[in-house]
Amino acid sequence: MQEFVKATSQAGASSHLATAGQRESQTRVINRAKELLADGTVARVLGWKAGDLPYNPEPAYFEKEEDFADFVYNGFCGANLSKYMIEASKLEGKTLVCLKPCDTYSFQELMKEHRVDRDKAYIIGVGCKGKLDIEKIKAMGIKGIQSISGAELEDEAETLTIQTIYGEKTCAYKDAMLERCHVCKGKDHMIFDEIIGESKETKDADRFTEVEKIEAMSPEEKFAFFQKELSKCIRCNACRNVCPACSCRKCVFDSNKFDSAQKANVDSFEEKMFHIIRAFHVAGRCTDCGECSRVCPQGIPLHLFNRKFIKDIDELYGEYQAGADLEPRTPLTDYRFEDAEPGIVAERG
Amino acid sequence: MQRIGVFVCHCGTNIAATVDVKKVVEMAQHEPGVVHAEDYAYMCSEAGQELIHKAIKEKKLTGLVVCSCSPRMHETTFRNAAEKAGLNPYMVEIANIREHCSWIHKDIGEATEKAVILMRAAIAKVNLDAPLKPGESKVTKRALVIGGGIAGIQTALDIAEAGYPVDIVEKTPSIGGRMSQLDKTFPTLDCSSCILTPKMGEVNAHPLINIYTYSEVESVAGFVGDFTVEIRKKARSVDMDKCTGCGLCQEKCPSKKSLSEFNRGLSTRSAIYTPFAQAVPNVPVIDREACIKFKTGKCGICSKVCQAGAIDYDQTDEIVTEKYGAIVVATGFDMIKLDKYDEYAYSQSKDVITSLELERIMNAAGPTGGHLERLSDGKDPKEIVFIQCVGSRCADDRGKSYCSKICCMYTAKHAMLIRDKYPDTNVTVFYIDVRTPGKNFDEFYRRAVEDYGVNYIKGQVGKVIPQPNGKLLVQGADLLDSKQILKEADMVVLAAAIEPNPDVRKIATMLTASIDTNNFLTEAHAKLRPVESPTAGIFLSGVCQGPKDIPETVSQAGAAAVKAIGLLAKDKLLTNPCTAHSDELMCNGCSQCANVCPYGAITYEDREVNDHGIRERRRIAVVNDALCQGCGACTVTCPSGAMDLQGFSNRQILAEVDAICR
Repeated sequence: MQEFVKATSQAGASSHLATAGQRESQTRVINRAKELLADGTVARVLGWKAGDLPYNPEPAYFEKEEDFADFVYNGFCGANLSKYMIEASKLEGKTLVCLKPCDTYSFQELMKEHRVDRDKAYIIGVGCKGKLDIEKIKAMGIKGIQSISGAELEDEAETLTIQTIYGEKTCAYKDAMLERCHVCKGKDHMIFDEIIGESKETKDADRFTEVEKIEAMSPEEKFAFFQKELSKCIRCNACRNVCPACSCRKCVFDSNKFDSAQKANVDSFEEKMFHIIRAFHVAGRCTDCGECSRVCPQGIPLHLFNRKFIKDIDELYGEYQAGADLEPRTPLTDYRFEDAEPGIVAERG
Repeated sequence: MQRIGVFVCHCGTNIAATVDVKKVVEMAQHEPGVVHAEDYAYMCSEAGQELIHKAIKEKKLTGLVVCSCSPRMHETTFRNAAEKAGLNPYMVEIANIREHCSWIHKDIGEATEKAVILMRAAIAKVNLDAPLKPGESKVTKRALVIGGGIAGIQTALDIAEAGYPVDIVEKTPSIGGRMSQLDKTFPTLDCSSCILTPKMGEVNAHPLINIYTYSEVESVAGFVGDFTVEIRKKARSVDMDKCTGCGLCQEKCPSKKSLSEFNRGLSTRSAIYTPFAQAVPNVPVIDREACIKFKTGKCGICSKVCQAGAIDYDQTDEIVTEKYGAIVVATGFDMIKLDKYDEYAYSQSKDVITSLELERIMNAAGPTGGHLERLSDGKDPKEIVFIQCVGSRCADDRGKSYCSKICCMYTAKHAMLIRDKYPDTNVTVFYIDVRTPGKNFDEFYRRAVEDYGVNYIKGQVGKVIPQPNGKLLVQGADLLDSKQILKEADMVVLAAAIEPNPDVRKIATMLTASIDTNNFLTEAHAKLRPVESPTAGIFLSGVCQGPKDIPETVSQAGAAAVKAIGLLAKDKLLTNPCTAHSDELMCNGCSQCANVCPYGAITYEDREVNDHGIRERRRIAVVNDALCQGCGACTVTCPSGAMDLQGFSNRQILAEVDAICR
């Protein structure tokens, strides 16, 4: 990765944030949200507020005009806000929610499952040109980050300019994108009340390349691969808690009804069972939003499990994208005469 | 903690010869909850059941594990035995150490180990069993018969004679089925129509029988005793109430080029038609694909000539919804397509025909007026060759693995009739085996050979080659004489295999009735419940269950009727208490269970829930006990595990798996 990093010697130069012009769509979202709050259309706004570092904005509610001082929308707003709407649907009044194109798939999937109330949501489809992965930037050797410019939606620049305590550095926007954005589902919002800002499709890789690599492995190699990856798991539950498909009121792993908790205490349960069971539970419902891998503090490529299921579903029942529509009968909950016979699984190996 | 009794059955030597039953008993003693274990030669016998009774009383047992045959055989026996001794019948589990173990293994050591494992799993399950109580459901006292051939007709008549109303749904414009296409019937050679037509009339006139012809089953919902069926009455374009059956419309119809289905395509019919003269009902239908009025908008002659004003071009399909307590499937058969048997030149020569086509040719109402002739040139055939087992008993995937059962007899019949009517015509039959078990059947075949001089040759025909002179060169083998045979024939008749009506797959899916790899409907037990489907309330009549001739079909039709009557005679049925239930504190209300439920048993309600102090309205799945069949599809779909099946709870199944993997 080192070759992509161009360190320049402009240390101490502009450590300012992006210019007002560059933040235009963020300003438009804020102004529109304030309007809708003021006229009573919505009771609160669900968006992102600035974190303590320039690259860690976090989901937040905004209820009063002054709250918006912290409101941000930029390339680091990867968090998918659709799952927050489960709780927001129970609150008095409508919630304005900012959804990126890929987040709208999750929202529709939750609508299908009656977990979110469409009537309680005012959806602003926010533009997206691919979201950034700070880990990738750090992996390029860029440390001591003070500010980053080029991450705003309007920036035409293909490069990020990063002010660090060691001077200004740059990297290609593309190289800092989250894995999920390289296999972008498209720039269209599946559901929205209004759209603010332009989106662009950032797909430049095949969604199943990594899955195919694993499929080609021998059983021993596969086992070793997953053993290695999953043994990093610390059972922090971040993947489960962020996953819009993992929205059970009571998770089977927290229930005393199934003895799962006790089983977790014997042998290497985490690596063997937790993630595999989770993948089965979200099979056919996972929109491939990539949040599981984004939030994993151990960097486990959890999305690969889900993607294997998606690939199998595509191959067995025809191409299917969860959340692309509101059709209640999905491939795994629909039985048709022409469905593949179960024996095909044994044949395929 | 349960007090469990384990009973190990020898089943004579069925189990004991392969499983060390004493060892199984010994191993049972160490399992949690087990306070009693013994073995006996036949647990299902009176004496065996007495042992169970005694142990329940003396050892104060709360649960039983019977290591024996499949629960499909004797689960009810042992549940009843437990109930007699005062135990809840659902506290009994069967470990199937016969079909799942002794019958399929040879090594005693391995089989014993497996029997112990199966027993352990059953003990683990009983430990988590809870007493269950069945509910009750009503019985709609009306039967549906799908198919109006001889099987359906006989079943409908027998049910109606017992006093219950019956509806027959027949796909074609008339009842009668295959039997109406036959000329004579073996072994008595009486005319098929002569014995069938009175039955058709009887069905038509019966006050308790209602016939839906030109109709198909559209959907089936519900369960034993309470099925709801939608029947699609296809647009006949003729008003059944007004039509007098005079036949003038058919005479005047200018579109006469459609192939007659009844005559197997050997003659033509008009676009408005009744399939045959004795059709019931005697009301024609308009074949809209052939009708000039429907194709071009011009014509309308039938409407003009119809004195009764019965022609209705605007008629549309109609859906009738009706409730039934029992459903009998009698969908019958057809001959297989011969496109994979090119060597017999069926598609190349008009003089190579199937046996069913020969029936039509020999029938007085058939395409040749009953005169046996070559279809190519109308000449009398002097040399006829019959080829047996075309597609039956076939080792490869071109045909069927089974014996079609009726071909040996009808070929003997054909040969005899031809020799009788045309004594100067030679008849040769190539066969693999002649199979004639049945009352007066072998005598019939012997008569064909001995009295009528039919030439039977044991051997298969390799090829039929049409010759330039119009003859057919038959290359065969005589296996008894070990020689090649080359024979010039004027006509070749193929005894093509029979197969279930292809529609049966669709119907079986709607009924959730199982079918085998050959599309024959499966019976609940091959020997002891041969006319019942494993799906409760579904009965089987005729060839849809397996190849059979008319006498057998009629017997089975009567048997299916009796089973249906037995069900309809009940006022209430006990329902299976092993139904699904949703835990309101865990249910997400996500609808996935409702999507997978094949019985439409799951609905949702908004309910106030108190979840550890948090009160909120939630969307909760509700299972209708009367509709739930306990299949468990919902429990495996439910991501949170809120759905659970009584008697097969998630915990019980995991406990069984753990016991097996221990």
